Amino acid sequence: MKNLFLIAYLDLKESLRAKWFVVYSLVFGGLIALFFIAGVTESQVMGFSGLSRLLLMYIQITIVILPIFILITTVRSISGDRDDHILEYMLSFPISLKQYYWGKIIGRFITVFLPVFFAMLIAIIFGAFKGAMIPWSIFFLYSGLLFAMTSAFLGIAFFISSFVKSSEVALGLSFFIWIFLLAFIDIALISLMMQERMSSGLIIFISLINPMEIFRVAAISLFDPELTVMGPVAFYILDSVSQTIFVLASITYPVLLGFVFAFFGYKIFEKKDLV
Amino acid sequence: MIKITNVTKRFGSNISLDNIRCEFKKNESIALMGANGAGKTTLVRSIMGYYHPNDGEILINGLNPIKNRLDVLKHISFVPQLPPPIKLNIKELIEYVSVSAKIDKDFIKYYADEMKLDINSNLNKSFFKLSGGMKQKLLIAISLAKKSSIMIYDEPTANLDPKARDDFYRLLKENEDNKVLLFVTHRLEEVKELINRQIYMDLGKIVTDERL
Repeated sequence: MKNLFLIAYLDLKESLRAKWFVVYSLVFGGLIALFFIAGVTESQVMGFSGLSRLLLMYIQITIVILPIFILITTVRSISGDRDDHILEYMLSFPISLKQYYWGKIIGRFITVFLPVFFAMLIAIIFGAFKGAMIPWSIFFLYSGLLFAMTSAFLGIAFFISSFVKSSEVALGLSFFIWIFLLAFIDIALISLMMQERMSSGLIIFISLINPMEIFRVAAISLFDPELTVMGPVAFYILDSVSQTIFVLASITYPVLLGFVFAFFGYKIFEKKDLV
Repeated sequence: MIKITNVTKRFGSNISLDNIRCEFKKNESIALMGANGAGKTTLVRSIMGYYHPNDGEILINGLNPIKNRLDVLKHISFVPQLPPPIKLNIKELIEYVSVSAKIDKDFIKYYADEMKLDINSNLNKSFFKLSGGMKQKLLIAISLAKKSSIMIYDEPTANLDPKARDDFYRLLKENEDNKVLLFVTHRLEEVKELINRQIYMDLGKIVTDERL
């Protein structure tokens, strides 16, 4: 355990000094600052106002940029160390592969989750300071969703990192996965639905196993429990499960997905040549 | 101490180690030589447990370096040819090696002093920002402080000035008893004073193996 936390601690310290981390923190912190400066909390659009409105906008942008940030900053974690021969030296000490791999994941999780979470926390504190009503339920749901989405993409990133031979390939693959989950899968499913080649239920199910999609729907569901903005699709979801179960699933499923990917990544890391 | 039995390692269609068979015993200092691509680094990496051999077996003190990684690596010190661009600062790197390999930090400082490397004034510097010679000196100090019974050096003096080379060879001489010293080198004259065995590899095979 001592070695596991040592690896996590050192990875965390290394990341905090890295330039990408500064950019990463500035992007999310800057977003919140921009929303306040732009007066989002004072606006009222479609019934959402104050901090709820700000958090909704924050989460909509986060859906798009958080996965790609996590993927491109994390995917080089092991493959980059392998490329630079860092892995060769660091693993010449008696540290188990399990401790090295999972220690890296813990360290990297803290690095990528905290700026996103703190940006939201700062919004809440600043909002409270300005006298706005704090939407605690939305804050806690979003914290859970961000935790889940971070887990999912971190797991996917470590999975890729464990088997690719070079970090260029890892970056290319990350970008493809991001754009596929963000847009391509939806376009493909919409065309399938229009052609009525598959049942609508199956198409919606496939759509919802996409961690970005389930995040998106769960985020909407707190403002709009009946999911009316989604039209008929809402019936398929809410007829099958209650809104509470759906929200719980939208948090537990990406966490599990991330863990499964990270676990398979570890198995590959353990079985393959290390350098 | 190190027993290599009919080890073959292939990368795709390329055979890097071709049925290698040899044994390194206590008090042996070996110069492992050969042209680029001869299989020297592959052999060292296989000994360290980084590569899974396609055939054959490597045993370190009777243990498989892949299955018994922790027990095997406790007894091995390794210095690579080029110091890797580790982003940790020196303090963190020393923390990593001292916790993972239970190395006394004072020993690292002692050997760094012997190598004329002032650790204390560089503690907060990133390892990769040090000069090539300073990096190599620190890695050598760590390898000596580990007090391992097997010491593997891949071209360890490539970045060292003549004075630092002399310091390194002197320290090795003082610490060579009951150990296996394995030098991967292209310059035999540099380690001639230290070695008592010379192995020449080519195309993944051991071509000559002479005791001096």
